[in-house]
Amino acid sequence: MAASETHRAIDAVWRIESAKLIAGLVRVVRDVGLAEDLAQDALVAALKQWPESGVPVNPGAWLMAVAKRRAVDLVRRNVMLERKHEELARDLELQQAAVPDHDAVLDDHVGDDLLRLMFTACHPVLSTEARVALTLRLLGGLTTEEIARGFLVPEPTVAQRIVRAKRTLSAARVPFEVPHGTELEERISSVLGVIYLIFNEGYSATAGDDWIRPSLCEEALRLGRILAGLMPNEPEVHGLVALMEIQASRAGARVGPNGEPVLLLDQNRARWDQLLIRRGLAALERAQQLGGALGPYSLQAAIAACHARARTAGETDWGRIAALYDALAELMPSPVVKLNRAVAIAMAFGPAAGLELVDELTELPALKSYHLLPSVRGDLLAKLARFSEARDEFQRAASLTRNERERRLLLERVTACDSLATSVPGVG
Amino acid sequence: MRFLMMWYPDQPGAERPPDPEYMERMDRFVAAEMEAGVLLATGGLLPTSMGGATITARGGKFMVTDGPFTESKEMIAGFAIINVASLDEAVEAARRFTGIAGEGECGIRQIIGGPDNL
Repeated sequence: MAASETHRAIDAVWRIESAKLIAGLVRVVRDVGLAEDLAQDALVAALKQWPESGVPVNPGAWLMAVAKRRAVDLVRRNVMLERKHEELARDLELQQAAVPDHDAVLDDHVGDDLLRLMFTACHPVLSTEARVALTLRLLGGLTTEEIARGFLVPEPTVAQRIVRAKRTLSAARVPFEVPHGTELEERISSVLGVIYLIFNEGYSATAGDDWIRPSLCEEALRLGRILAGLMPNEPEVHGLVALMEIQASRAGARVGPNGEPVLLLDQNRARWDQLLIRRGLAALERAQQLGGALGPYSLQAAIAACHARARTAGETDWGRIAALYDALAELMPSPVVKLNRAVAIAMAFGPAAGLELVDELTELPALKSYHLLPSVRGDLLAKLARFSEARDEFQRAASLTRNERERRLLLERVTACDSLATSVPGVG
Repeated sequence: MRFLMMWYPDQPGAERPPDPEYMERMDRFVAAEMEAGVLLATGGLLPTSMGGATITARGGKFMVTDGPFTESKEMIAGFAIINVASLDEAVEAARRFTGIAGEGECGIRQIIGGPDNL
């Protein structure tokens, strides 16, 4: 194998193995920062040795063996240095004594360790940005530079976020464990929130962006699928996976030939990815089978599934979507959810019913500068043939959107309303 | 990005069921790759002596040729669709697969589209 080929293989092995490696090491050394350093040491050793010896048959085990050896050395050294601190020394000796068993233990506990690492990286003691950066770094195996490019922030900012996050985890003595009891639900929702945030960052990327941005979608999907395997009895985990799979299935249809966004109902459904849809529907089914009321991710997935199941936009079951939005608005009474609910109700029961609900939202401060509100209102007014009012709403939406292509579409609707308003005298 | 992997074993032996130890190792590998979020779909293919056909559409004519086929390119014994971050990762996955499946060739092709291919 040529040296460059080996380096490419090492990169790939690192992406595949680093999370398991770091997770296993945190279990031994009880410190995320130190575990990552040890894993990096092992990577450096691989870069030195593998070009000559070839990639070992089990590269993950090789890396772990090297990292573990370093860990034992380090523990021994620390025992020497810290002899006075009896408690610490005892701790370290215990760990040291435990080390020889880790080959066997690690194999059995890879899943548990990964799960612990996810919960640690998404610990509420950290800011949301820090959770995202740490998750991508420790569980995604992304470099600081890749994370920075993915989130359009300077690299030193991300580097600092990660350093500080690791320090915070140490200082707060965050235990390396999967929370239980009443804490679990809240902590799961933090993990799910981080994964969905990564997904949305990727999903909001547009053509021409750095390739790393859309690839965040795949990273989030991968993390979600791993989590679903590790926590098969948590319905919301499957709900989130279902939501992401179904949203991802539309990636090929949501952008037009000139890079313009194509709205869901206008998309060419032949370009929806049926493999992802099937996986999404299966995940949703698992969430539903686990019983209980559907959580916010499962409800959103169920809404997405209604679209995915409809062969044409006209076959969409808007009645069911409206009912699902009712349930979602109960759980997440956010203005945006309410606006979406109004749209669904307009589709199910006519524009007048929708407009009534939208009008209740116009005073909400959170939606004051949200371009979709006047855009939706304009659409409903136009459907009710109230063209001059509709025109003003489209105009307002155009002035609020920051997306140039969207602005153009909205201004086209202004023009269309103008001509319709004059051609239907007495109306509007 | 997504890849289609096609497996052409040097000794296609699917006429007889594989031994249980091999099956267990392969099952474990498949389960691990599924859990890692890498493997999206996979399947083994019956040898062409047990079914299968080639359809030729050419010059406005449509022709069906039933198996068995002897050309090695017809001897695909299995396929997988995987979701990884790079071709290098797909190669590594293939390396691990062949570590269990044995000697042969593994074709890797990138699938157009997918969430990171807007």
